[in-house]
Amino acid sequence: MISAPDVVAFTREEELEDDLYREPPLPEEYSVPLFPFSGHGANPWAKVAGSKFTRDFILISEFSEQVGPQPLLTIPDDAKVSGTFDLNYFSLRIMSVDYQASFVGHPPGSAYPKLNFVEDSKVVLGDSKEGAFAYVHHLTLYDLEARGFVRPFCMAYISADEHKIMQQFQELSAEFSKASECLKTGNRKAFANELEKKLKDLDYTRTVLHNETEQQKKANDKGYYTTQAIEKANELASVEKSIIEHQDLLRQIRSYPYRKLKESEFHPYEPESALDRVDVGGDQDPTSSDLSDPGETHLYTHVPSYTPKLIKAKSAKCFDKKLKTLEELCDVYFFTQTLDQLHHIERTFRGDVCYLLTEQISRALLKQQSVTNFLFEDVSFLDDKPPVKQYRGCQGLGQDAIDEKCSEESLTPKVVISLGSYKSSVECVPIKMEQEMEDSEEPKMSESVMSEHQENLDYLDADIKGSISSGESIEVLGTEKSGSGLTKSESQASLPVIPSPQVGRSKVGSRRTVSEDSIEVLSTCPSESLIPEDFKASYPSAINEEPYVDDSEGGLRFTPRPNPGIDDGQDDISKQESLVQVDAACCIGKESPNFLEPLPELGQKPCEEDGVVRIPPQPYRPAEQGLRGGFPSHDGLSGGLLPYELDSRYLTGSREVSKSSLDECSDSTSYISSAASTCSDRTPSPAHLACPAGERHRKRAGQNALRFIRQYPFAHPAIYSLLSGRTLVVLGEDEAMVKKLVTALSIFVPNCGVYAKPVKHWVTSPLHLVDFQKWKLIGLQRTVSPAGVNVLHALSRYSRYLSILDADSKTLRCPLYKGTVVARLADHRTQIKRGSTYYMHVQSILTQLCSKAFLFTFCHHLHLPISEREPEESVVNRRMNFLKLQLGLANEDIKIVQYLAELLKLHYIQEPGQGGNPLLRFDYVPSFLYKI
Amino acid sequence: KSSVQTIGEEQIQNPYTELLVLKGHQDIVRFLVQIDDCRFASAGDDGIIFLWNVQTGEKLFELHGHTHKITAIAPFSSSDVTEEKMDLIITASADRTVIVWDCTSGRQVQKVSCFHSTVKCLTVLQRLNVWLSGGSDLCVWNRKLDLLCKTSHLTDAGISALVELPKNCVAAAVGKELIIFRLSASNNGSEGWNVLEVKRLVDHQDNISSLVSVSDLTFVTGSHVGELIVWDALDWTKQASECNFWDSSVHPDVQPEIKLSQSPNETSVQHLTSDEECVFAAVGKGIYVYNLQMKRVIACQRTAHDSSVLHIEKLPNRQLISCSEDGSVRIWELREKQQLPAEPVPTGFFNMWGFGRANKQANQAAKKMQENTPTYFLELVGDLIGHSSAVQMFLYFGELGLATCSADHLIILWKDGERESSLRSLTLFKKLAQNGDLQLKL
Repeated sequence: MISAPDVVAFTREEELEDDLYREPPLPEEYSVPLFPFSGHGANPWAKVAGSKFTRDFILISEFSEQVGPQPLLTIPDDAKVSGTFDLNYFSLRIMSVDYQASFVGHPPGSAYPKLNFVEDSKVVLGDSKEGAFAYVHHLTLYDLEARGFVRPFCMAYISADEHKIMQQFQELSAEFSKASECLKTGNRKAFANELEKKLKDLDYTRTVLHNETEQQKKANDKGYYTTQAIEKANELASVEKSIIEHQDLLRQIRSYPYRKLKESEFHPYEPESALDRVDVGGDQDPTSSDLSDPGETHLYTHVPSYTPKLIKAKSAKCFDKKLKTLEELCDVYFFTQTLDQLHHIERTFRGDVCYLLTEQISRALLKQQSVTNFLFEDVSFLDDKPPVKQYRGCQGLGQDAIDEKCSEESLTPKVVISLGSYKSSVECVPIKMEQEMEDSEEPKMSESVMSEHQENLDYLDADIKGSISSGESIEVLGTEKSGSGLTKSESQASLPVIPSPQVGRSKVGSRRTVSEDSIEVLSTCPSESLIPEDFKASYPSAINEEPYVDDSEGGLRFTPRPNPGIDDGQDDISKQESLVQVDAACCIGKESPNFLEPLPELGQKPCEEDGVVRIPPQPYRPAEQGLRGGFPSHDGLSGGLLPYELDSRYLTGSREVSKSSLDECSDSTSYISSAASTCSDRTPSPAHLACPAGERHRKRAGQNALRFIRQYPFAHPAIYSLLSGRTLVVLGEDEAMVKKLVTALSIFVPNCGVYAKPVKHWVTSPLHLVDFQKWKLIGLQRTVSPAGVNVLHALSRYSRYLSILDADSKTLRCPLYKGTVVARLADHRTQIKRGSTYYMHVQSILTQLCSKAFLFTFCHHLHLPISEREPEESVVNRRMNFLKLQLGLANEDIKIVQYLAELLKLHYIQEPGQGGNPLLRFDYVPSFLYKI
Repeated sequence: KSSVQTIGEEQIQNPYTELLVLKGHQDIVRFLVQIDDCRFASAGDDGIIFLWNVQTGEKLFELHGHTHKITAIAPFSSSDVTEEKMDLIITASADRTVIVWDCTSGRQVQKVSCFHSTVKCLTVLQRLNVWLSGGSDLCVWNRKLDLLCKTSHLTDAGISALVELPKNCVAAAVGKELIIFRLSASNNGSEGWNVLEVKRLVDHQDNISSLVSVSDLTFVTGSHVGELIVWDALDWTKQASECNFWDSSVHPDVQPEIKLSQSPNETSVQHLTSDEECVFAAVGKGIYVYNLQMKRVIACQRTAHDSSVLHIEKLPNRQLISCSEDGSVRIWELREKQQLPAEPVPTGFFNMWGFGRANKQANQAAKKMQENTPTYFLELVGDLIGHSSAVQMFLYFGELGLATCSADHLIILWKDGERESSLRSLTLFKKLAQNGDLQLKL
């Protein structure tokens, strides 16, 4: 039998050298359809291989009033990253889709220049010519010397993978919003400082001018004013006006945080109030605003320790001056904070989108398993503390601390919230995406603050479409004004699902005109432009069918076909789904995102002709999960169910499915990866969200574990020892070898608390009882010295608490294991090839074990008598029956679950803060010596 | 290597499947004393006294006051009906002080430092509401730590053990002698007490190492050379004595070389304990069961441990726990045995291999054989291995478990894992109900 990796070799050869391919003729029955995208590079998920940069990067650009769009910096700051990619050209592209930049300075009908507290706009755009797709985050910073006081900037996350941008839109948006907030906070601070200085200047100038005027008046007794005097008077008048203007500006910039404070909900931005401000400003005299252009006075404002300067009315021309750098605009501290945040973003979103999604799913699921996740998972990476903390630091210093906090809280949505709310906000907008990216078109909602005031920004106008997408290659795939996804949707979350498409449509329509929301459909491919029939065809499903709605809102993603194996439990849902799949050509089958299992997506292998997994996993959607409860055990708890009531089908069934699917998956994954690795550096090793080092460790541990189970026939009892809480000592002379074994086995060690795993890699001194309490896996040095004798003596003395794996003589002394769980966990004939895959396989089985332990621990009647008179024996019997019959555990597997349950109990009982005495539990069971 | 009976790793009857290590002491822990149902105190060479909760292993108090090692400790619960119950402990130290501690507040109540020598033993006479300290002399104190009376200087070596006898008498072991003192109210005043030496018993050949009261009518002493004497508690006459009961009188066929090989240390009666019928003696490495009725040793385990047995205790369920310098604690069960006539022969046979390697042949069948009487033997039902050094003492708390203290500075609480597990479940559900987590957690 040829396995998938073997086939890869052939397909690759065909791609590279035709001659070679022809030489070993593949028998007809073995021929496999070739991967249709092989021409573009073999990674099936990165459809565009023609991009000129090697990996994702972040670009910060500015629309300079002097030179136009220009790139400022890239993250990572490495010329290799962007490669031959034309940053200037791309800056032009991304800056050209900024809608807010057109509104600056003096609004019509306003006397004074108004600070426009505009929201950031968030746009996704694609440049098929460059092979680049970008999430573009526009923001404006205030600069007293700039035209209209604003300097438009944008931060763009540029990737060759369109789906990554689309699917990670929420996450990108949230992260970039943080960076943007940080920049803007610093900017407000700097701007206020600048204004203050400017006011002092003006005050001083006025005094000087006033004195001069007075002197002239005194000197002049002719009864009429000289031109000089008139000039002076004019000058004085303009300075006074300028003072009023600047005071107004200062008031505006300072009032910003207080406005935020008044918010009851955490709206990061409030367009209405910004507009109100415009109205308030309109009260002022409209004619007095033109005399002093703030741009003229720039020369005197840039003084560090401040002494007021005289301001001359005439100043240098616009193009002579040097614009402030971004760093100067934002205060160095905030600037570095922002850079840190951007680096964090770059690290977070590095790698293939499927890794990101898988990671997000598992993180979200793990968060739900709040009771059991400490056992085998690295819980520390679940909380997003580090970046937040870092950011908090900058808040503390900022004068807008409160504002910052408000906005941060709303801008740091958990995956859960943002997705859920996002969904409801776009509930009536159908968004489909087809398999081929070229065919895709995404109607997307966008909100604009200006839509009411600026008619020309009606994005539905077809003319605008052409003007904005100036190049044929540009596609704006979707836009969203900041805050809309979060705030808007939250307000709408309570709305019922709109039952008919008509209502939905009319709502959309009304939004375009009444609210700030608007729909934008921009496409430059005329043939692929939005077809109304198509729109309508899929529309009802978008409304009536939750899962579908979910798919469409989540941001334009491919959805896998329902896996028959997994759909068993979800027949009703999938049936509904099949009903609503009106336009099968456009919509790929939808998978109900009802994730009852930790990693079902991994196993999904849609039966497509090319036989390749082409569908990345879905982002995790907890919204749909509410009904089933994130964790089955909570049902068990609330229901107070008896053992016989418990449906263990789920447990056993899912176990089988997951196992088989994982096995398959391992092949396909390795296939993909092998293909991808040859094509380019497009998918660098995925840096996982919190700790790339941890990821590497997992990979290595998985690889070592894989080697261990293949190499040692007695792997099962060794793993059983670890799972049942019996300390395993790896004894050996060679430190590296012992450490390797310890690393391999460490993935099977349940955690006792939320702290580090109870694993000690290398010990040279004799072990003591206390060590067995603390460590469950120990690497121990074997020496021939007298000290070594002590070490061995201690081992034999405490042998009842220990399993001893002798790495030198390849023996294992430990209790017998006759269960079945470990056999699934560590099958030496496993087809899994890669360490990380095996690690995931282990995690999934361990998670199942955890869920069993959870059920066992939290089923009331398993531990306590139902009635007062019930004897203890019947409780014990019930307990054993539950373990054997309901949980399907055999022999020693019971001990594993009992041990895990004990850990769960201890963990739950333990008071926070109190360390608690570590227990050592043990059994008096005979050990056996295993040899190779 | 080991001559001792071993039980292997499968110990079905051993209930202790969970342990808790209590750390705190910085030197040998020598004493454990029970305060009430769930508290106990530990003391040792570091001069610190710790109070522990036996249920949770929680350290309740750390009592500092002594500058030298602790030499004696005794609980002193007030039995006064008028006062509220106060749990006190008295500790004596090599710094020649005695301190009374309040176990509830963890505070020092009073300190006495007028001793001329180290107090080596403390006895509380609850009935008279006084306590005695034994050093080079015997002092009688009342609850308020007033010295009521004292004896003259007895010996430099001092009193090594004290035991309360009926009729206001106490027996004090002073070297080879056993001295009986009587306390009597003095003529001039209600508070005054007199202490009089009543009798000196000089039947022991060597220093008396242990002294234990069996009942109101009997008490037992043991000496360093392995003499065991049963005394009448009322008239202080010798009721019975057993000496050299480790050797030929029990096992006629034991060879003389073995006797020679036994150093005094190996025959020393380290500790005695008793129930109504029997006295249990820790003699050298062995354990002997002496029946008071039959006036003979009915069962023994001549090498119960690898080295000296330091402490033994009888449990209610015919079980016996012993701890030893070898760092292990063993649980024995006294069982009646069917007569197997061939049994003594292998014993003798194996011992013929010579004393040098006598250890090699575990004397597993070591037991006393007597015709026409039920035969008993001590069956090893479990051993607890945890300490890395001599286990000095242990305290049995019934189903709460067993606390052992050792020269490795540790105290280990041994618990019944099954019971603890179900207790934890109980706590868990209580806490769930408290937190309202029984409802769906959102």
